[in-house]
Amino acid sequence: MKHIQAINRKATRMENSVAQTQDTQSTTDDVVALQDQQGPPQQPEGPHIPLGCSLVFSPGWEVDRNGGTAGLCQPVERDLFDCHRGCFWPAHVPDQLNHSPDWTSKCAAAQKDWRKVDLIFP
Amino acid sequence: MNQLGLGEFHSFNAAGRQFLYLVPSAAIFALDEPARALLDALVSRPRNRSDLLTDVAPLFPDTDLDATLRELEQVHAVRLIAESQVKTPPPNIIPLTPFPLSTAVLNVTNQCNLSCTYCYEYSEDKIVDTTNGSQPKFMSEETARQSVDLLLRESGNNPVVHVSFFGGETLMNYPVLRQVVPYACEQAAQIGKRVEFNLTTNATLLTTEMIEFLALHDISVTVSIDGPKEMQNRFRVFHDGGGTYDVLLPRVKELLKRHTSRPIGARVTLTSEVSDVVAIYRHLTEEIGFQEVGFAPVTTSVGRDYELGQSGFDQMVAQFKALADEFLKSALIGHHHGFSNVSETLEEIHKGLSKAYPCGAGLGLVGVATGGDIGLCHRFAGSDEHRLGSVTDGIDREVQSAFLDRHHIENKTDCHTCWARPLCSGGCYHEAHTRYGSSEHANLHYCEWIREWTDICLHVYGELAERNPEFLNRFN
Repeated sequence: MKHIQAINRKATRMENSVAQTQDTQSTTDDVVALQDQQGPPQQPEGPHIPLGCSLVFSPGWEVDRNGGTAGLCQPVERDLFDCHRGCFWPAHVPDQLNHSPDWTSKCAAAQKDWRKVDLIFP
Repeated sequence: MNQLGLGEFHSFNAAGRQFLYLVPSAAIFALDEPARALLDALVSRPRNRSDLLTDVAPLFPDTDLDATLRELEQVHAVRLIAESQVKTPPPNIIPLTPFPLSTAVLNVTNQCNLSCTYCYEYSEDKIVDTTNGSQPKFMSEETARQSVDLLLRESGNNPVVHVSFFGGETLMNYPVLRQVVPYACEQAAQIGKRVEFNLTTNATLLTTEMIEFLALHDISVTVSIDGPKEMQNRFRVFHDGGGTYDVLLPRVKELLKRHTSRPIGARVTLTSEVSDVVAIYRHLTEEIGFQEVGFAPVTTSVGRDYELGQSGFDQMVAQFKALADEFLKSALIGHHHGFSNVSETLEEIHKGLSKAYPCGAGLGLVGVATGGDIGLCHRFAGSDEHRLGSVTDGIDREVQSAFLDRHHIENKTDCHTCWARPLCSGGCYHEAHTRYGSSEHANLHYCEWIREWTDICLHVYGELAERNPEFLNRFN
């Protein structure tokens, strides 16, 4: 860092950590969550915050996007798009193959349109 | 949208530069002028990135302000306002157990030949009934050995362990000390470890033989002493009320003369009537010859007449500052200064400690009561309420986990907005127990004082980092 100078030992460690993160991000920016832990390491060394199911725009169940617990996901519609496919704890959603093929037809972009996801009453 | 604001930090000036003490990471960064200007601009009001850069740009036409701002963001000195307003509580990460022990404080006796009015072990604020309670008056040799065994057994990969002798008056159980020190060395050597010892005493019972023993075994000694004769004799008295100064003085001088392998420290308790820090320091170092002097205000519940009141605290901080300035002057030319309150804080600042717990009590340090009960520390040893097991049964890991869970800084909501929390972490459990009836409480009566004191030490640290950084290498 050029404009702020690390003075104590903790600051030096932060500086190193920032430098390392920048190095690794440029080459191997990868999704960490839910990966197979077997085999050779797939991730670069460095600080690692487990992402749980917070892959897209909504927060996760275990940790939020900042690695804390302040913004965990809520049990409302906006989580469905993350949860019902890849999540280890899948959300219950309508059967989109047979009964409700149009369930998400009004929801083109989840970030904006999640309120338009229909409620289905069987 | 996307407004930038200030992160959490305490800024301070030293040697003509501005520094940031970041919270909660406890990292210290020095700023250049553009970085300083960016932060100054955000003090008045938050603004978005491009506005901020445009506002500051005329001052530094040749600087890459965007890069400067990125650096400030990387260390969280500047944050998106939405992020900085969400107070994310510190994660309650309980240390993995079994956490290795590094120190056992052995209360080798709860008896004392003095009757210091303010003593937390005997005064009205006492926790353990040392007169009619269940704990024996003296620790047996067997219990002392078992304490050492427990310490070594639970020390994990620590190559060095510390045995600390405490009381009552430690030297009233000298026969056990004499046995357990060689025993501990022997046991440690067998498993390739080393033991360091220290002992706290009022020095009135020291004999030539004891001094020889302490010197031979490299035992660090801390003498509880309050200063010149009239101050020492104010509260530190024998059972008949007689002053102790004249009795301890020749003994302390003999100790200082014979025992030179370890620094001999003085530990001063500040009270309403003994609060002239500078005079006490001068007396103890220059006239008696102590290498180190540490000060602490008396632990007391509200309303005791020896309590250091608000004006006493203000006066104390002012005098601490005067001594800290002296410390700085000495350190700048590489000389030793014995005001240990500063050197201890500087070490923590240098390492960047950010504490989830105020001290190691119940974690890497335990106190052992005379009967063998394990307590959080020497001040709680023997208290059933704060019992963590016994030297025969070992540490009760469930109780320990529950203790750690309850006392984590996350639970001290009062501390969550304080910039001094990485170092203070709520303060002494025993102080809190005495003051508020619960060891889980933050010591709120100290807050202003702690912040002022931390700021003084940060200033000393900044000056040293700029003007004599070699001095700080001793803390590595």
